[in-house]
Amino acid sequence: MKKRWLAGLLVVILIVLGVVGYQNRQVTKADMSITAVGSTALQPLVEAAGEDYSGTQLGSFINVQGGGSGTGLSQVQEGAVEIGNSDVYAEEQKGINAAKLVDHKVAVVGITPIVNKENGIKNLTTKQLIAIFTGKVTNWRQVGGHNQKIVIINRAQGSGTRATFEKWALNGHQSEPAQEQDSSGMVRQIVGTTPGAISYVGFSYVNKTVQAVNINNVAPTDKNVETNKWPVWSYEHMYTQKNANQLTRRFIKYVQSSKIQHTLVRQLGYISMDQMDVTRTVQGHVRKVEGSHE
Amino acid sequence: MNKQLAEQLRKRSKAAWLERIGKIVSFSALALITLTVFAIIIFVASKGLATFFDNHVNFWNFLTGKNWNPTITDKSGQPEVGALPMITGSFVVTLLSALLATPFAIGTAIFMTEISPRRGARILQPVTELLVGIPSVVYGFIGLTVVVPVIRTIFGGSGFGILAGTFVLFVMILPTVTSMSVDALKTVPRYYREAALALGATRWQTIYKVILRAATPGLLTAIVFGMARAFGEALAVQMVIGNAALMPSSLVSPSSTLTSVLTTGIGNTVMGSLDNNALWSLALVLLVMSLIFNLIVRLIGRKGAMHK
Repeated sequence: MKKRWLAGLLVVILIVLGVVGYQNRQVTKADMSITAVGSTALQPLVEAAGEDYSGTQLGSFINVQGGGSGTGLSQVQEGAVEIGNSDVYAEEQKGINAAKLVDHKVAVVGITPIVNKENGIKNLTTKQLIAIFTGKVTNWRQVGGHNQKIVIINRAQGSGTRATFEKWALNGHQSEPAQEQDSSGMVRQIVGTTPGAISYVGFSYVNKTVQAVNINNVAPTDKNVETNKWPVWSYEHMYTQKNANQLTRRFIKYVQSSKIQHTLVRQLGYISMDQMDVTRTVQGHVRKVEGSHE
Repeated sequence: MNKQLAEQLRKRSKAAWLERIGKIVSFSALALITLTVFAIIIFVASKGLATFFDNHVNFWNFLTGKNWNPTITDKSGQPEVGALPMITGSFVVTLLSALLATPFAIGTAIFMTEISPRRGARILQPVTELLVGIPSVVYGFIGLTVVVPVIRTIFGGSGFGILAGTFVLFVMILPTVTSMSVDALKTVPRYYREAALALGATRWQTIYKVILRAATPGLLTAIVFGMARAFGEALAVQMVIGNAALMPSSLVSPSSTLTSVLTTGIGNTVMGSLDNNALWSLALVLLVMSLIFNLIVRLIGRKGAMHK
């Protein structure tokens, strides 16, 4: 008797689910739903903006996933997703034909070296940074810190943060093989607890457990990024195919709109595009923005 | 009347129909699983072998090279895809953790089956089962916040390395090896024990000279299973081993395993590029190794099957 009762309950549940699913079917219709995949650094912004957008445009749905910049770029190139989020220019990623994709820059992220608080280091010159990451300097004493062995912690190979750091802070030098972690949160946790550790994270990850380091006496602040006095920053890109559908175009426009740029972008620790006084091309040419606010 | 009966007999009965449906269902389930397994093997193999056939990486260099840096080409124009550091790392943590876990697991199993079966069943069984159920990220996090700092203060260095990985894996494979050892000890026939005791053997002599000897194939299977689990574990190891693609110089120097390099790297590479193919080659090595572990288990099982 009990079994029959259970079976009945199951059937009722199935019917209810079926009806609910049927009524909600429009939400997931092909052109009403798009998927953005890629960079975990950009993910929080796209997620928050996607929720906002779905709130205002009923029936449209933005599906956001991580996976890494490489995944994002290759997926959008294959047409598997509508938007590929990336920390690096498509031109810089191996195996990507950048000519087939359209670049939409949506924010800027500053990247700063961080060290363990007990290293006694607050400032490093570019030369010292390069010496540390290429293994020529192995003790903090050699660059004015305490007598403590240097422990380098890298992001994974191919990470956008690492690429940016090596290009702009190490002047293109490759870091020697060292520990690798695949997320900024993990890097911060390890640097905060390991004596002698040094690594690099986006500005928004810096908190009181770690010490951010000035480079050549320039402090890692948003203001210095905006004027390019602090050169270690990168654009956050949302790549699409050339013939993107309407919802994709509208959503990217929404992310680039001054509403999102002035609220979400800043709240989440990014630097908005219109704050920047300079632009930088993929080759690294820096130009002042005409009529910038200074 | 006769005709009706004949008709009824010639027609398929309800039971026969059910039998046939059951057969179809179980057969298609089997076919689906077999198909999935083969699809996975073929997919990983085709991706993993592309490194050698499409990108023309020397297979020998891949296995014995010590530099892992797929984005860079070395002096002779070959990409740096030496997997030896990862292969070494995987094997060393696996062997060490199995070596560490085996005495504890067999000791626990003996206690649970021979010495105090009732208490064993009431306390130890649930505890080992609980250990199985803890997600690996929890083990990894405990390793990161407890094991790594302890190793750092005792041995110096950063604390990340093979030793930390060994400790975490030890706890993770312990329940697997224990519960399989218990099963192995339970299959030793009761009359072995009775005969040993009748000959005047003490309990320890019975355990040591009879039961453990008789259960050896089963115990070996348990250990190999534990090793297979350790070899394939990714997340927890990745959190404590340091992920440096370097040959381990000591047990406390940062190193890496096949799985840790795979999980950190796969999201940052593009399908079809050399960097990506090289990672698939690592996955292929992993897959082949787990197949070998399975083969070993089967071999032990066949050779050591108990003759009654």
